[in-house]
Amino acid sequence: MSDVDKSSATPHTEDTSGPQTSDMPGVEPVLVADMDEEPTTAGVGKPASEIVGRSPMQLAWLRLKRDRTAKVTGALIVLMLVAAYGAPLWALVYGYDAYDQNPDKLDGSAIPLGVLGGVSSEHWLGVVPGNGQDVLMTLLYGIRTSVSIAIVSAIVVVAIGAVIGAVSGYVGGWVDAVISWFIDVMLSFPFLIFALAIVPIVTNLILGGPGARPLWLSSTMLIVTFMVFFWMNTARLVRGQVLSLREREFVEAARASGAGLGHIVFKQLLPNVWAPILVSFSLMVPALVASEAYLAFLGIGVGEPHPDLGRLVSLAVGGVKAQQVGAWFLMMLSGGTILLLVLTFNMFGDAVRDALNPKSHK
Amino acid sequence: MLRFIIRRLLLAVLTLTMVSIITFGLFFAVPADPARLQCGQRCTAEQVDAVRANLGLDEPVHEQYVDFVKGIFVGRSYDNGTECGAPCLGLLNVGGREVTEVVADALPITASIAVGAWLIQMTLGIGLGAIAAIKRGRFIDKFAVGASLVGAATPLFFFGPMLLLIFRYELEWLPQPAYVSPLQSIGDWMVGMILPWLAVSLIGFAFETRMTRSQMLETLDEDFIRTSWAKGLRGRTVFGRHALRASITPIATSAGLSLAGLLGGAVVTETIFGLNGLGKRAVDAVRALELSMVMATVLIAALFIVVSTLLVDLLYAVIDPRVRLS
Repeated sequence: MSDVDKSSATPHTEDTSGPQTSDMPGVEPVLVADMDEEPTTAGVGKPASEIVGRSPMQLAWLRLKRDRTAKVTGALIVLMLVAAYGAPLWALVYGYDAYDQNPDKLDGSAIPLGVLGGVSSEHWLGVVPGNGQDVLMTLLYGIRTSVSIAIVSAIVVVAIGAVIGAVSGYVGGWVDAVISWFIDVMLSFPFLIFALAIVPIVTNLILGGPGARPLWLSSTMLIVTFMVFFWMNTARLVRGQVLSLREREFVEAARASGAGLGHIVFKQLLPNVWAPILVSFSLMVPALVASEAYLAFLGIGVGEPHPDLGRLVSLAVGGVKAQQVGAWFLMMLSGGTILLLVLTFNMFGDAVRDALNPKSHK
Repeated sequence: MLRFIIRRLLLAVLTLTMVSIITFGLFFAVPADPARLQCGQRCTAEQVDAVRANLGLDEPVHEQYVDFVKGIFVGRSYDNGTECGAPCLGLLNVGGREVTEVVADALPITASIAVGAWLIQMTLGIGLGAIAAIKRGRFIDKFAVGASLVGAATPLFFFGPMLLLIFRYELEWLPQPAYVSPLQSIGDWMVGMILPWLAVSLIGFAFETRMTRSQMLETLDEDFIRTSWAKGLRGRTVFGRHALRASITPIATSAGLSLAGLLGGAVVTETIFGLNGLGKRAVDAVRALELSMVMATVLIAALFIVVSTLLVDLLYAVIDPRVRLS
């Protein structure tokens, strides 16, 4: 793409249009350190004849709009979200929703009757073994569950990581040393084993004993688990960026005019690192969709009867291992849905990253 | 150098201590009573108390922690006369077997999966990544980018069973994965391990490919590469000796960390293929509320991560002379 010519010997032929985005006093500090020089050369291909002042955000948006991957995956994501969040509406037309159980479609040992796990004109993709829920609806509702949890968690996780990273980088000294060490500690925990061990224990503590887990509780548990285990990378990233910003004049000016830690972190530093934070967020969502599926596969997702993609895969895998005819179909559907979800979100996240950082190699 | 090593060692010990304290502390918020579990349902209250006293569970948490740490370094003996030798990680509730023994049984299995898969994934990842960067924009590059995108998005719990379905149930080319000691028969060991290796490495290579590729591309843009071309060096020398060498630092980090992650227990892999390594033992232990076993697996996994981070940091100084030790 465009970085091919950028990497050639004379990248700065259009430098005349450069200065407007670089460090101008008076412009409010929505500039990002490592984007200062680049965006105009790699991003806006137009000749310097019409010089328009564009904020880094607008430039990034332009690049994103021009990116084919971003367009395709963005459209796919919107499509999937409409399908998933509209599922209760489609259910009205379709006749079943994900909570309807259809025991009449199962044989004596709760295995779906008919080909490919009970595919029929009523149940387009078959029914789930065990409780006879409709597979198509379970998939749609499952996407809704996992994307909702992933997005909410990603917001929380990235916010926590950003604040911790900014404080660590700005304050420095022993605070920074302790936080960096604590990040090492957190990264040393084997996430899956630990989550697997601690989530049921805490759930039982809250409920006062084993029993049905309400949806709000199991989703909150998942979000809290992610909150505890996923903030470290964002924190490291933001810390690095803040380290390079803290000696800049605008921070010094804020400090000189008596601004407190809160003001400097939230009003001066964080608005200046929005680009890496946004990238972090857009790649965090697919990571969390995948992690949620892993946890659900191992039995600590949202519990029955709430639709969950990971649990669906685990059910199907059980069927495949027991060599049930047609179980492979459900496995491909449910596993494939997770794959597609993570893949599109990942690709879109990559596109966002490339748009925000023109130096990155695709 | 020596000061750096000592500092890093101390920090590593501190990290491990913190991990163990957090784990220990959390697990003792558990309402499930290990003494009751070990004794079984029919025990009277007195019997349960006796078991509790024997296990030291009636002491305050911090004393229990001290006992636990002592057990690891000098061994401990329980009140009923059970001796538990030097690296003592506790006893199982059911059956009373030493956790250390169970770990010793499980470790070779986990290590077999980890090392094999890691070797495949590194070779594939670094090789494909480097070739993709050299042949930028060509078919092989697009293939590498595509494969690593799909690989990175594929859940192991989906890909593993798919391999099982194809190669074991449909084509019947391979038997059910099982662990045979390589000391007994290298061939059987490889046959038993090939599916787990493929499952892990064909997903894991994605990350290494992407990183190697982008790192190589960055290096290939640099002036010294142009200089080496200008000097008239052959392509092999430019790519292999100069470009790859300069890109190796972050690759080494991720190599170290991914090996550590795999050694800490491939939870999903082992669960899917029914291999009794650390990961599956951990999951089973969680389900049976065998807390000493869970504790042990968490600690071992953390140990691998901490040690490998340390080694990678030290290695940095060797492979990248620009790194200043401080």
